[in-house]
Amino acid sequence: MAAAATCGTGAGSTASVASAASKSKVTSFQRRGPRASGTDSGGLRLVSIAGTRPSVRNGQLLVSTGLPALDQLLGGGLAVGTVLLIEEDKYNIYSPLLFKYFLAEGIISGHTLLVASAKEDPADILQELPAPLLDDNCKKELDEDVCNHKTPESNVKMKIAWRYQLLPKMEQIGPVSSSRFGHYYDISKRIPQELIEASNWHGFFLPEKRSSPLKVESCSLTHGYLKLLQFIQNIIYEEGFDGSNPQKKKKNILRIGIQNLGSPLWGDDICCTENCDNSHSLTKFLYLLRGLLRTSLSACIITMPTHLIQNKAIIARVTNLSDTVVGLESFIGSERETNPLYKDYHGLIHIRQIPRLNNLICDESDVKDLAFKLKRKLFTIERLHLPPDLSDTVSRSSKQDLAESAKLLGPGCGMMAGGKKHLDF
Amino acid sequence: MFPELNNLLNITPDRAEQGKLTLLCDAKTDGSFLVHHFLSFYLKANCKVCFVALIQSFSHYNIVGQKLGVSLTSARERGQLVFLEGLKSSVDVFFQANEEPHPLQFLREAKPGNLQPLFEFVREALKPEENGEAAWRCPVLLVDDLSLLLSLGVGAVAVLDFVHYCRATVCWELKGNMVVLVHDSGDAEDEENDILLNGLSHQSHLILRTEGLATGFCRDVHGQLRILWRRPSQPTAPRDRSLTYQYKIQDKSVSFFAKGMSPAVL
Repeated sequence: MAAAATCGTGAGSTASVASAASKSKVTSFQRRGPRASGTDSGGLRLVSIAGTRPSVRNGQLLVSTGLPALDQLLGGGLAVGTVLLIEEDKYNIYSPLLFKYFLAEGIISGHTLLVASAKEDPADILQELPAPLLDDNCKKELDEDVCNHKTPESNVKMKIAWRYQLLPKMEQIGPVSSSRFGHYYDISKRIPQELIEASNWHGFFLPEKRSSPLKVESCSLTHGYLKLLQFIQNIIYEEGFDGSNPQKKKKNILRIGIQNLGSPLWGDDICCTENCDNSHSLTKFLYLLRGLLRTSLSACIITMPTHLIQNKAIIARVTNLSDTVVGLESFIGSERETNPLYKDYHGLIHIRQIPRLNNLICDESDVKDLAFKLKRKLFTIERLHLPPDLSDTVSRSSKQDLAESAKLLGPGCGMMAGGKKHLDF
Repeated sequence: MFPELNNLLNITPDRAEQGKLTLLCDAKTDGSFLVHHFLSFYLKANCKVCFVALIQSFSHYNIVGQKLGVSLTSARERGQLVFLEGLKSSVDVFFQANEEPHPLQFLREAKPGNLQPLFEFVREALKPEENGEAAWRCPVLLVDDLSLLLSLGVGAVAVLDFVHYCRATVCWELKGNMVVLVHDSGDAEDEENDILLNGLSHQSHLILRTEGLATGFCRDVHGQLRILWRRPSQPTAPRDRSLTYQYKIQDKSVSFFAKGMSPAVL
């Protein structure tokens, strides 16, 4: 009886809801716009800032690293307020690419940039950023943003197949609009000058800052790190990224890029000797930087030549102080360059650490064997595939065995394994 | 808190022991879930907690705490929780040079200093009420984590001195508990960290050591937890009882099982 009564009231309430809905003509279908506010993350109100999106796991605000493949491996993107540490490859060929992707993504999304380097002038770094791959609609959008008077280049009207003019030009991989999260870039082209000029960026070039006086008395931080820290804190405070300036009408993200941190050019000697006097300088800098980032809307990428650091303990401490750590290992100069197993790839990429923010768990990818390849236009990250070994002597127990069997194919076949049967005619 | 871990350790919020130093140690994995466990455990046990959180921000612990059933903001408001947020305070200490003593004053110094201001802060936070009535049960000091102090230029001996002073005050004088987290660097040959870890291992009553699996990454088993009881209260009880479990961390809890008995395998 009671059950029927409750069912009755239940049905009655749903009926009343349905009737109310039909009266107000509100359907349950709600289109999810770009301003979809956050998940059940306990009062964390997400502002709709261009180029960011909330994480599906905990509502944390994420920015793209510039490489959609890397975003996916890091669990959706780089969390705002964290540090991405890139352990440089041996000859520093591929890590500047990741650095440039990060900065280019910032320019396309309209974020403010802060580029710090001890080796290159930040203006030169920005000139070398890759050009984005955009479709026709947002090219016009960007042109209007940049300069109102410039006429679009491709103004050719189609007379016969005029319907095709409305379709976006699909010449490259993945045409995306500028308001999306994560873009593709063409490394063979440079970013258009207007985009750089329209963006808001700050540069820190260490040789220019040598002589200016210090505001804080020198503690154990190296001079270069101290100046950089003060510079970053200044920018964050003056431009209101830490919420201190309530007059700012639109919130934005500050993207900080620090190149070759820890190298001798910054005045630090951890890459030179094993027992250095100032071994705490770098770790202290990272801790204070983390404090600055956590209290502001910013994300930071740091490339560090960890292969040069003699003291392994410092590498472990630096890893603990960074949030996300990605290591690049290129095959250049090692015996793997000529190994037929790795012929399709230029190096390995290791995701060493992913942070657990606001959560007990993190989105760790199951794939641990990742390799990267620098094609003519793109930098791709793929799962490491072993080529199929179709020779007669197949032993798949280990990669070394495969390499051995490849060598057994004989010098006439060259160094190509797989697909070449050992047939004598 | 994780009820399964409470069962393994044989403790409940009602019958928390007193005067104990618990060492949390992680090697090649992230042992911070234990910090969240003990934080929520002692808050639920109605103890006064002083949390020296150096590695993450307050909102991080708060959001995870809400998943585990405690609210850090309300605990802080009613005075049960004294929270030292290392990241925010370090920026204040470093960039605004004023002369008053601050718990993280060692950041300003060029030479590695001692942690006396930090100890004063802890002592001030956990001292009993003047009027004599005990609103809370035993005081608890929680530190996350101590290895970070080594990265900031403090020597291992200074950190051990700090732990010794805190033990004398919190564990012996105020009959409270201490829980500290130290990273084990493993084969990274961090001598200072090894000194700290060995020194603390000898002093502590309970050691919870999380390690990654020897075989590498596994989706269903996130690691191994080794529980070591030292210094039992009864002299007749066997010394140094040790148990090993494997665990899997989920969104709001951690499940523990015996080695090889993961539900994914069975």
